[in-house]
Amino acid sequence: MLFIALFVSFFFYSAGVYTSGTALIDAPSASDSVHRGQALFRENNCWACHQIYGLGGYMGPDLTNIVINPDLGPDYARLFIEEGTDRMPNFELNTREVDDIIAYLEHAGAAGNYNPKKGKVTWYGTVEYDRE
Amino acid sequence: MEQSNMTANNRDARSGINFIILGLLSLGACVLMGVLGAFKYLYPETLSGFEFHQLRPIHVSLAVAWIFLAAIGGIYHYLPNYRGLTLAWPKAMQVHFWIFVITGIAILTAYLMGNFGGREYWAYPPALSAPIFATWILFGVNIVFTMKKEKGPWPVYYWMWMTGIIFFLITFSEAHLYLIPFFNENIVRETTIQWKSYGALVGSWNMLVYGTAMFVMERISGDKKLAHSNQAFLLYTLSFIALMVGWAHHVYAVPSAPWVRMTAYIISMAELAILMKIIWEWRASLTPDQKHAHLQSYRFIFAADIWVFLNLILAILISIPAFNLFSHGTHITVAHAMGTTIGINTMILMGSVFLIVEELAGERFKGWTKKWANQGFWVSNLSLLVFLSALMVAGSMEAFTEWEDFYEQSEAVVPMLLTFSISGVGLLAGLWMVVVAALSLLKPNATNEEPITVNA
Repeated sequence: MLFIALFVSFFFYSAGVYTSGTALIDAPSASDSVHRGQALFRENNCWACHQIYGLGGYMGPDLTNIVINPDLGPDYARLFIEEGTDRMPNFELNTREVDDIIAYLEHAGAAGNYNPKKGKVTWYGTVEYDRE
Repeated sequence: MEQSNMTANNRDARSGINFIILGLLSLGACVLMGVLGAFKYLYPETLSGFEFHQLRPIHVSLAVAWIFLAAIGGIYHYLPNYRGLTLAWPKAMQVHFWIFVITGIAILTAYLMGNFGGREYWAYPPALSAPIFATWILFGVNIVFTMKKEKGPWPVYYWMWMTGIIFFLITFSEAHLYLIPFFNENIVRETTIQWKSYGALVGSWNMLVYGTAMFVMERISGDKKLAHSNQAFLLYTLSFIALMVGWAHHVYAVPSAPWVRMTAYIISMAELAILMKIIWEWRASLTPDQKHAHLQSYRFIFAADIWVFLNLILAILISIPAFNLFSHGTHITVAHAMGTTIGINTMILMGSVFLIVEELAGERFKGWTKKWANQGFWVSNLSLLVFLSALMVAGSMEAFTEWEDFYEQSEAVVPMLLTFSISGVGLLAGLWMVVVAALSLLKPNATNEEPITVNA
């Protein structure tokens, strides 16, 4: 009985996460370029070294707000992707592929902000994030 | 207590051993890749021909392979040998093993060729998930139908193993939902579900590992009540709930709805507290003879208890959003992952492996094998202490200092990461000593020729 009760509640909980729990807030839908960039991000295993929303590897920086940051922006990201560094290989991507990855990063930045140290801590221990 | 005689080199005595051998080989290769990855992280110009984004998934996949293979091998071994149950489908176990071997080779080849699926635990091309899924169906059907032969109420570890298998299949499927446009078109949904599935996946392997711990403790003590106690079923219930919702402490920073994060906050790390209490009470209940009869296995289970205690403190801290705010995305998270994977899961699974070694090899577990297993135990545990301390200091520096940029931060923690890498070499040496000792006693034709008496 215990197993069945927990099993059923897992499905209701998952359904909530799949729908209302993860609805986009004030962000546009992803374009085809975003989807292609997302696939390239996976296929080149960028996750091994980089993070989006703080999730991923730690060899390189979090990329959530790199492109939408006015001090950095798409050209900054393009330079790294096209040239590589001593810590990051040059993946030999063509111009369209680089554009697609930048579109993906721009979309990630538009959908959420990852600068956790600027979150507001509540008295009961949770954190409210500024989404702007 | 019921007794049955079993010849150690008969077919049942080898049941599941090939999985354990493959698991030990995976562990040996995993720590080697981890050490190479750590030095590649620090000195990217070294090891030309290997990139960090190749070494890391090889290391992670081998770690996952070790945990599952050791747990699966133990279950295949225990049911026919110690529970007196004939496997429902013995040939399926052989098919399971060979599909694992072939798929494992294909995954490693894909990584080395730079062909990735780009997911955290499942970084290989998604087509290779199909044979893995099929093997878990085979395993699940085989084990559930075997356990159904048991008369009377199931011990808690049967429930844990069954739940672990079912939820592996669910979470493994969930990890592939990104292949469906509804899930992939929304970056928040795609990211959240990816990490939801990984958190639940860890919950599913914890079910297999904690079930194994309960079995090993029952086996060493001979106390059948342990796995039927209310406390054991409380651990099962908490592990189940943590499996369902505990993942969300990984994604506090993802812009999902607040209730998703709040639920994870409310569910504490109580499962670890209960596990620690059970092991502590079990240890106190053992007689000196019981400890001596399975000394190496006992040592590993007791070491796991110490690591549970240390990880519990960290786990509770990082599940508090206000602390997680600082610790997330730093090496504190790596310390949590490594501490639980090596300190808890590996120690419990080594306890299981050495239970089998001690019973299968009998008097042959002496001389250099015993010495290496003992010294490897101490070298690996002491190295792990330095290894985790270095990660904690590096993570704390990253978390609580305002850095100009990522590169300044990276340079500042180099001494700590160098300490981490050197202690990783110690961990490698210690675990290899243990692995070699176990392999030499488990390899085919190395079983005891004399009949041994086992408790059924």
